[in-house]
Amino acid sequence: MRASGVSGVRSILIALASTVVFAVAIVVVVSSAPGWPEVRRQFLNREVFRESLDVIPEAFLLNIKIFLIAEVFILLLALLIAICRSLPGPVFFPVRALSIAYADFFRGVPTILVIYVLGFGAPGLEISGIPRDPLFWGTVALVLVYSAYVSEVYRAGIESVHPSQEAAARSLGLSRAQTLRFVILPQAVRRVMPPLLNDFIGLQKDTALVALLGPVEAFRQSQIEVASNFNYTPYLVTAILFVLLTIPLARLTDWLVLRDRRRQFALGGAR
Amino acid sequence: MRRLQFPLALLVLALALIASACGGSNEAADTQATGGGTDTASAVDPCAKDQLELATAGQLTIATDNPAFPPWFQDAEGAPWDPTTEPTGQGYEAAVAYAVAEELGFSEAEVAWVVVPFDNVFKPGPKDFDFDVNQVSYKPERDEAVDFSDSYYDVEQAVVTLKSSKFAGAKTLAELQGAKLGAQVGTTSFDAIVNTIQSSKDPNVYNTNNDAISALKNRQIDGLVVDFPSTGFITAVQVPNATTVGRLPAEGQEYFGLVFEEGSSLRDCVNGAIASLRESGRLDEIAQEWLESSSPPVLK
Repeated sequence: MRASGVSGVRSILIALASTVVFAVAIVVVVSSAPGWPEVRRQFLNREVFRESLDVIPEAFLLNIKIFLIAEVFILLLALLIAICRSLPGPVFFPVRALSIAYADFFRGVPTILVIYVLGFGAPGLEISGIPRDPLFWGTVALVLVYSAYVSEVYRAGIESVHPSQEAAARSLGLSRAQTLRFVILPQAVRRVMPPLLNDFIGLQKDTALVALLGPVEAFRQSQIEVASNFNYTPYLVTAILFVLLTIPLARLTDWLVLRDRRRQFALGGAR
Repeated sequence: MRRLQFPLALLVLALALIASACGGSNEAADTQATGGGTDTASAVDPCAKDQLELATAGQLTIATDNPAFPPWFQDAEGAPWDPTTEPTGQGYEAAVAYAVAEELGFSEAEVAWVVVPFDNVFKPGPKDFDFDVNQVSYKPERDEAVDFSDSYYDVEQAVVTLKSSKFAGAKTLAELQGAKLGAQVGTTSFDAIVNTIQSSKDPNVYNTNNDAISALKNRQIDGLVVDFPSTGFITAVQVPNATTVGRLPAEGQEYFGLVFEEGSSLRDCVNGAIASLRESGRLDEIAQEWLESSSPPVLK
């Protein structure tokens, strides 16, 4: 079913024409809509856009801070849960059961609920020594929820490593822990890089939920701007900031995956 | 034009952003308006009940948030009122809404309530309510997206802290320096923290006053800034160990207005109704009934 040169050019032209027609149609239909001038004024106001740029990026630093701190703990906690879940033998049944229950619970409960309950509930207990800082509790909530997701990603990676690898490592005299550390995990983590990134991006976006507890991050700052201008353009600024943060991360993973594949193939060739 | 309608409708469905900007009902309203104007001339009172352009014919559709809080709205037990339940007409805004309806010639049974969250009041496009009554302060920027009636209540802001707080005894604005304050997003209360109090600590901002009140209870904030009339319910019922420190100096002429769709023809008639309520003293009576409380000092 190889396309000949002529029909190849032809399909490119068709794709091009179709894209142009499609784009023009959207622009025409949207901009000729009776409400368009109003929508443009409300969502795409240049002046408000510029004003928002003065304050929202600063607030966005808080999102990045929450994200970076939470991410470290998520990677550790999730790994711990995933390892607990893959422990063999009847002795470890309670540990396995607990980690399964954990993943089920925190993947099932909406993040927003966990944030509300922890952020307003935990400090409300008035236990001395427990922090009140909403930023702390918001981050804890994100760590708890995302660790559940990420532990499943890890587990998928661990289970994707062929059992013969473990058998071979054990037969070479590596202990079970050593096998996990030097044989299983390096392969497992490498394989799950793309889905891990997926969860990172989810986490980036969900940092906005911490605003519910009071701290003013980018989304909240844009809400404040929206309310004071009665114009929705600040949301656009925040959306752009989030996308700008996501794109480099996505390219980085693409690159990591590519590098990894090259190394694997190069290794195979050398043999 | 007719052929455009179908793809247009599809697009409107697909893009939630501009859902409310669909122009169908706008056009209808426009033709109705010009038709009414040329036919009837000046002989007919434009504010006569049958001349009003209403969201739903034959009834006055009024919007507010859910739940609606005392002293603005309350149910028969004095608790916050859920607008999807039986109206009680109790609370300042409820009483004003019914008084306005009465001035316009609507009976209590002809008033219908719909729930519209605070943030959605200002979405562009046609509204499915005649006016919204939800403690919306007039601001020139807001006036560009929607229309406001004249004032039905002149607002003051107030600071609430826990009685145990070191800020509870503050007599001046300077004494509130260093306080971590909180308010609901998009409110004049928030603006008061930023513009009037100017505490050295960044304020916390909440989705609802209830969240801000929880934060106050948890001592996650030192103080809460709210509309003064709300402080009575907060300190008496919601956080009994809280106290109203004081009112804030009013910034300019700040007031609550009823919110209409931009360009609503109903506004002038409602303004007429409010003016006559003010003149007859009825507005003051309603304020006396629902908002009267011992007033704490103004912080300067």
